[in-house]
Amino acid sequence: MSGWLDQIFVLLKRWAVGLFPEPLQPFISILLSIAPIIAVFGLLFGIVTVLERKGLGRIQNRLGPNRVGPYGFLQFVADGIKALIKEDVVPAAADRVVHFIAPFVMLVPVLLAYSVLPFGRGMTAIDFDAGVLFFFAAGSVTELALFMAGWSSRNKYSLLGALRAIAQMISYEVPLILAAAVVVMMMGSLSTVAIVEKQAVFSGILANWNIFTPWGLAAFLLFIVAAVAESNRSPFDLPEGESEIIAGYFVEYSGFKFALFFLGEYLGMFAVSGLAITLFLGGWSAPFSFLDWLPSWFWFFAKLLCFVAFYIWIRGTLPRLRMDQLMNFAWKFLIPLGLFNLIIAAIWHFVGGGLRGWAICGALLLAAYTGLGNALFKRRKWTKRTYRYAS
Amino acid sequence: MTISFIILAILVLAGAALAMSLRNLVHCALCLVLSFTGLAGLFLQLQAQFVGFAQILVYGGAVSILVVFAILLTRSGDTQESAEINRDWVIGCWIAAIVFSTLAMALLSSAFFKEPQAVPGQADARAMGHELMTRYVLPLEAVALLLTAALIGAALIAMPELRKPQGHAPDKEVA
Amino acid sequence: MTPLPYYLVLSSLLFIIGLAGAITRRNAIIVLIGIELMLNAANLNFIAFWRHGVSGQGNAGLMFALFSIAIAAAEVAVGLALIIAIYRHRKTLDLNRVNSLKG
Repeated sequence: MSGWLDQIFVLLKRWAVGLFPEPLQPFISILLSIAPIIAVFGLLFGIVTVLERKGLGRIQNRLGPNRVGPYGFLQFVADGIKALIKEDVVPAAADRVVHFIAPFVMLVPVLLAYSVLPFGRGMTAIDFDAGVLFFFAAGSVTELALFMAGWSSRNKYSLLGALRAIAQMISYEVPLILAAAVVVMMMGSLSTVAIVEKQAVFSGILANWNIFTPWGLAAFLLFIVAAVAESNRSPFDLPEGESEIIAGYFVEYSGFKFALFFLGEYLGMFAVSGLAITLFLGGWSAPFSFLDWLPSWFWFFAKLLCFVAFYIWIRGTLPRLRMDQLMNFAWKFLIPLGLFNLIIAAIWHFVGGGLRGWAICGALLLAAYTGLGNALFKRRKWTKRTYRYAS
Repeated sequence: MTISFIILAILVLAGAALAMSLRNLVHCALCLVLSFTGLAGLFLQLQAQFVGFAQILVYGGAVSILVVFAILLTRSGDTQESAEINRDWVIGCWIAAIVFSTLAMALLSSAFFKEPQAVPGQADARAMGHELMTRYVLPLEAVALLLTAALIGAALIAMPELRKPQGHAPDKEVA
Repeated sequence: MTPLPYYLVLSSLLFIIGLAGAITRRNAIIVLIGIELMLNAANLNFIAFWRHGVSGQGNAGLMFALFSIAIAAAEVAVGLALIIAIYRHRKTLDLNRVNSLKG
């Protein structure tokens, strides 16, 4: 029973490909791998924008949008129609070619990155031998799109916003890749499918997820923080600064191109969450062995929705970080912790794991975390309050 | 000669030619990225997966951004260079043509192409990692040292010079 | 698989384009870009030879290309830092003007 439900999409695709003649079959197979990804994640983008506005509204003690559709859930349709019919304003001094292709340079690599994520058992678009590296390579091209958007608008403020955004994204790419490097080291493979399959085995009742190890937990926390910063989401969204510099690098974009940037940003958020699920949370596997009867794609999307809920939650809760605080946090705190985590993973491997491994590695990690925190954040002593009077 | 090779070759050469001849420097940098991406496609076509993805990650994601930042920090993006059809340009093209003809003659008369193909090496990441740690461990450590030195050196050179600390004026109460 | 001569001719064309740019242009950054193109042409040569298995050295071509990518990145970083420092000093990047060692 659970077998065919689990593989229902694979069987559907196989049946659909079989309908076409022999020479066309590879192309139809590729098309049928790509189209559902774009459709599903496009729809998820729409729903998440509504969920985010309603979630933020509830956190801020107000209702979100509730006019369009049942409880406001068709708001994204209204937003999409508005974006499509708006006039496309291009500044007169702007560089037209670069201004035009910047949204596409942002969108296409992000969509490419989805091709190595395993959405279910046997449901990966391509199984690269170096899948994790492909994901990071595709993600790093989006920084160029930010620059193109900011520079082509010939606007000093959008250029500044673009430079700050690029500096932030480059700085946070290093902890992201370091956290992923720990997982690759311990799993022994760069292929996403192999990493998930190694985590899908059950030892007793608990699955072998990477998050259940001390180095995995530390790397997961590093990855999450760096992922939030990579997607330019609050509390790291100073380059975007909705309440300060309006929209930073895409302030000169209107209508459909703005919607494409928005789409690219959210799709990037989903993609990096998908990679976190693959590397740390066991991909499509169930956490406990008695829950294994639920289909694998259900688990993947359930975990993805938990991540989305987490992003919305911290957006509504935490204040924005300043630029220098942001950069200090990445270079002086996250990167040393990421490097230390590599050593912790090696210690775990040699100690052998289990409770003793948890005790040793956990103690070392906590010592590093508190030591680094104390060394970096200067404590001002509590002094007597002084007043300065204008005279 | 497959169609994908032709497309990628045109992309690489067009990107490189545009990067060397456009007047607006930021456009040059963006055409360079196009050329790098075409080159990465060629690497992937030659089944060197790791090197192809590393090419995109390093060149397309880091080197091009460095070049663009340098163009912006040195204000070279604001002014455009004057038209270049002058004596230097003609001499440069002649030198390039001479070098190319020498290389082509050397290529086409060498003995490589008349032998049957030998067995290529293993390209999967596991074999590469193993080789990096056993046979090529000395170049690996040397590259690590070089990257550290380059990091520190580049940061030091590009930092603005420290001004001498000026004397502190004491806070005076304005009467 | 495309035979080897095509890759070699392509890489030599890329090389001479980089060479022509590096010799001709006056802006220091474009010269650096030309040098990067030449390095990339050499990388393509290495990978093509590795794939066609001519030298019998196993993975040596692949490794060389990988190290070359890493070293080229370091070289670009240092080169651009030097260019920024020169700009700060001389207020120009025109290579015809930056032609004396006097500080």
